[in-house]
Amino acid sequence: MNGTMSDATSDAVIEVRDVCYTYMRGTPLARQALTDVNVRINRGELVAIIGRTGSGKSTLIQHFNGLLKPDSGHVLVGGRDIWRKGVALRDIRRQVGLVFQYPEHQLFEETVVADIAFAPRNMGMSQANVDEAVREAMRVVDLDYDALCDRSPFELSGGQKRRVAIAGVLAMRPEVLVLDEPTAGMDPRGREEVLGEIRQLHEAHGYTIVLVSHSMEDVARFAERLVVMDGGTVAMEGSAREVFRRREELVNMGLGVPQVTALMAELAARGLPSTEDVITVDEALRALLPALLGASGRANEGEREGEVGA
Amino acid sequence: MEPVIRVENVSYTYDGGGPGEVEALLDVSLEVMGGEFVAVIGHNGSGKSTLAKHMNAIFVPTRGDVFVLGMNTRDESRLWDIRQTVGMVFQNPDNQIVATTVEEDVAFGPENLGVPPGEIRRRVDEALALVDMTGNEKSAPHMLSGGQKQRVAIAGVIAMRPRCIVLDEPTAMLDPVGRSEVLATVRRLASDEGIAVVHITHFMNEAVLADRVVVMEGGRIALRGTPREVFSQPAMLRSLDLDVPQVTELAYALRAAGAPLTRSPLTVAELADDVAAIVGVGRGGGQS
Repeated sequence: MNGTMSDATSDAVIEVRDVCYTYMRGTPLARQALTDVNVRINRGELVAIIGRTGSGKSTLIQHFNGLLKPDSGHVLVGGRDIWRKGVALRDIRRQVGLVFQYPEHQLFEETVVADIAFAPRNMGMSQANVDEAVREAMRVVDLDYDALCDRSPFELSGGQKRRVAIAGVLAMRPEVLVLDEPTAGMDPRGREEVLGEIRQLHEAHGYTIVLVSHSMEDVARFAERLVVMDGGTVAMEGSAREVFRRREELVNMGLGVPQVTALMAELAARGLPSTEDVITVDEALRALLPALLGASGRANEGEREGEVGA
Repeated sequence: MEPVIRVENVSYTYDGGGPGEVEALLDVSLEVMGGEFVAVIGHNGSGKSTLAKHMNAIFVPTRGDVFVLGMNTRDESRLWDIRQTVGMVFQNPDNQIVATTVEEDVAFGPENLGVPPGEIRRRVDEALALVDMTGNEKSAPHMLSGGQKQRVAIAGVIAMRPRCIVLDEPTAMLDPVGRSEVLATVRRLASDEGIAVVHITHFMNEAVLADRVVVMEGGRIALRGTPREVFSQPAMLRSLDLDVPQVTELAYALRAAGAPLTRSPLTVAELADDVAAIVGVGRGGGQS
């Protein structure tokens, strides 16, 4: 998914500079949702935005493709200020594909193909190109074109419906895919299915991906960078490891850390010499096993399986 | 003690004999006692919601029986009593709010039951206190957070003085803070108020807090027991594509690799205790 960002001076696909935004500005109900926010999304990254409800996450991502216009500050997509005269927001919305929460609630066509084709057709793509775009989008999210094309989207499983909705955005061939809580309300099987799909889009198809998530376990597993929102500002930024090191601050923001990170912190507090930088189950296993086997070895030379697997 | 809910060998078929015939429940039996907090987990399509809808006669079984305080849900003359005994809370808080202020919303149920106004006032105040929403009487429900809305919905059910509350994925659309607010409320209803609580969820860390866990798969109960009994079978849960809490999974992997851990921990504190005891840090030590 390589774009043509001629006048881009950096690798940033999206840049939010000093953005402020107030809902219902000028009314007694005015509420400032973003204050001096600066965020950069680089090409090819998988970035997760975390923060509790009302922290400004959704407001922020609606600035990425010009659905909301900042009160002050700038939003650049591919190096261009999207609110400058002469920039067509339609192009921006194609470049930055936004998948809302519960996107399957917005499915409405009679067939899967018609639904996925809706946006590209609306943008004036030719029938042949639409057809190709739909097939490709379905292939990318692992939906079998021949089996599903004429089915009603409403008779699919939850995970499939959501993938149809994502395919509808992918069919516009965006450069960046922004997903607002893509696994919200799904059962564990559906969550794994959709997360696997997103990872695949990133790793195999090179998409730049931004996702809003409430699951610290999930973002620890595969986000390359985290942006932590709190009270309408960016409170932290960095790798999952860097961010989860600041456990107390996160807890004070109404967020948490993965259970294994909390475990290692708890053990460190009790005097177990170990790193607090553990963020996955595998890492915790490797960090704890030597001490546990050593201790049990001293206690009794019991039987032991050498395999360290998970 | 008589169970509040008794499900006996219940099978349920959607669209029986029709083209879309689906056997959603197969020979399911379950009892829920007053004060008990039972979590039901399982995938979409596993039969969880179908089971829940049997508990207040939204559905009646194709085969078998459901008794609510001894009343058979097939007995239409008892429908009113059954619905008053078992209250339901659903997934989407926005679909359950009917009034323009919190107190009117909570009063809606008892008003419909013909409860006298003075008594309604008392019930509304009590219910809001129970869900920790006192002070929000005059608030507009749509201005509340998801967790608050869901607690108002629960208060609306409590104001009808049910003996059992069935919650069908009440936390699915909430953020972690909202989820823990609702969970704390639900637990209190069981432990302090003696209400039988049936909590359907996709979140394993919520099931961990229950008195009993029921795992549904393909319309049957695949596994049941205390959280520790159920989550000590991660392989089984994984074969059903269900999650286990990270600490439970970690303990299982450590044990498989030879670490002398004995129990299946359900919380961070439990595993920390167990590890600390083995390696001899923190409190105690030496146990193996």
